[in-house]
Amino acid sequence: MLSKPKIIWIDGVSCYGCSHSFYNYPEIKTLLQKIKLLYHPLFPTNEFKIQKCDLLVIEGAIKENFLRMDFDLIDLITQMIKLSKKVLLIGTCAVYGGIFGEGVLFNKNKKGIFFPFKDKIIAVPGCPPHPEWIAYAIEMLIENKKMLLDNEFRPKEIFSYTSHMGCIRNEYFEWKIDAKNFGEKEGCLFYEQGCQGPFTHSSCNKILWNEVNSKPRAGTPCFGCTERNFPKKNLFMTEKFMGIPAEIPIGVSKRAYLTISGVAKSLRNERLERKLIDEDN
Amino acid sequence: MSKEEKKLEIMKTALNLFAKQGFYNTTISDIAKEMGMSVGNMYNYFPSKESLAKELLIYTSKKFGEEIRKINEIEIPSKEKIKKIVELYFKMAKSEPELVDYFMRVYLSNKEIFNNGCEGMLCVSAFVTEIMIFFEEGVRRKELKNQDFFAAFGLFMGYIGGLAFLFREGILGKDLDEYIEPVSENIYNALKA
Repeated sequence: MLSKPKIIWIDGVSCYGCSHSFYNYPEIKTLLQKIKLLYHPLFPTNEFKIQKCDLLVIEGAIKENFLRMDFDLIDLITQMIKLSKKVLLIGTCAVYGGIFGEGVLFNKNKKGIFFPFKDKIIAVPGCPPHPEWIAYAIEMLIENKKMLLDNEFRPKEIFSYTSHMGCIRNEYFEWKIDAKNFGEKEGCLFYEQGCQGPFTHSSCNKILWNEVNSKPRAGTPCFGCTERNFPKKNLFMTEKFMGIPAEIPIGVSKRAYLTISGVAKSLRNERLERKLIDEDN
Repeated sequence: MSKEEKKLEIMKTALNLFAKQGFYNTTISDIAKEMGMSVGNMYNYFPSKESLAKELLIYTSKKFGEEIRKINEIEIPSKEKIKKIVELYFKMAKSEPELVDYFMRVYLSNKEIFNNGCEGMLCVSAFVTEIMIFFEEGVRRKELKNQDFFAAFGLFMGYIGGLAFLFREGILGKDLDEYIEPVSENIYNALKA
């Protein structure tokens, strides 16, 4: 029998939210049986030591003059990347910088320090990433299966979707009907409440959280937590220029978007203007 | 002459008649007579007077929208764009006064004609969209104040539309061209950041 793939999971500047998300993967026991986890900051493993591995997982941002396990963080990552066959970046901090500053692959809009190692890196951003996304990437990597990646090194299987796709409020979006308050079943959160779903790469409304729900479904806007510019300010408010959303859905020109919005607003879907519970037909 | 060209000819003829004598006082047979066509043949091009009125509105809005789009695509500050839009509108009011008349006297005054298929902004969206883009880019570039769209739209279009109307009524003491400068200045002062 072949030996199990060796994995080392290290943390930079992190809140461990990504690890905690991974704990919620329902099939975690089965997955852990397939691998040899040489080190993880929270799981019971052996002490960390610099050594070769099949897969290096990095959680958290990077920072200069930051000590981790008695190593300078940047030195530690440099040595470990060189010793690893593949590298999986977990979470928006590790990929872009996120909450804590600078990412391994990118520094917000710029290339990051470790960009030259891009050929062995897979990025799974999210704050946190969904447990299924993390597990998917690990499974594919340990089985040496090819993942199609986009130009930010994210698996297309997960990140070619937007979190808008599959949202149960899509009809309200089509007819330009706003949600009046948070937590309501009716209305779209894009126009007033700050929802970033139409331009956020994620499959939150395809692979549901806790297998039951997503933020927009429950009535809270998507915060765009998988994107390089996360976190923005005023997450509960849509930035608008003269009443027009500052950011529009990806893949459509502003002119086309405004035209179709004007058409939808000029017509009406009366059913959607009422409370769902008051609907008898 | 292709069918499309013929349609355009009919629309131009109808535009003149609608602008001059109003929608209700103009009959399909008036338009046919002016065109030298039979009434029956007219119906091959437009199924009703209402559909002719609707297509005219879409045509006018597109034409005006295309001109504003050209201005939107020039790399100049919003202040200069305002002047170009005012200039464009006033020039149209002078060279094609029937367009302004049609818009004011037929479209805005007889909305019931347009209830079927021109609800809201449906038939004027080509032009309204360009004004939206003009405002949005002005605010994005921090040249214009971020405010409610219709508060700004009403101020801009209501103002220049009003001036064009006064011009057509023969009330303005001066030529419309002489108002380009002061009107643009006023609009800019009202909209600037």
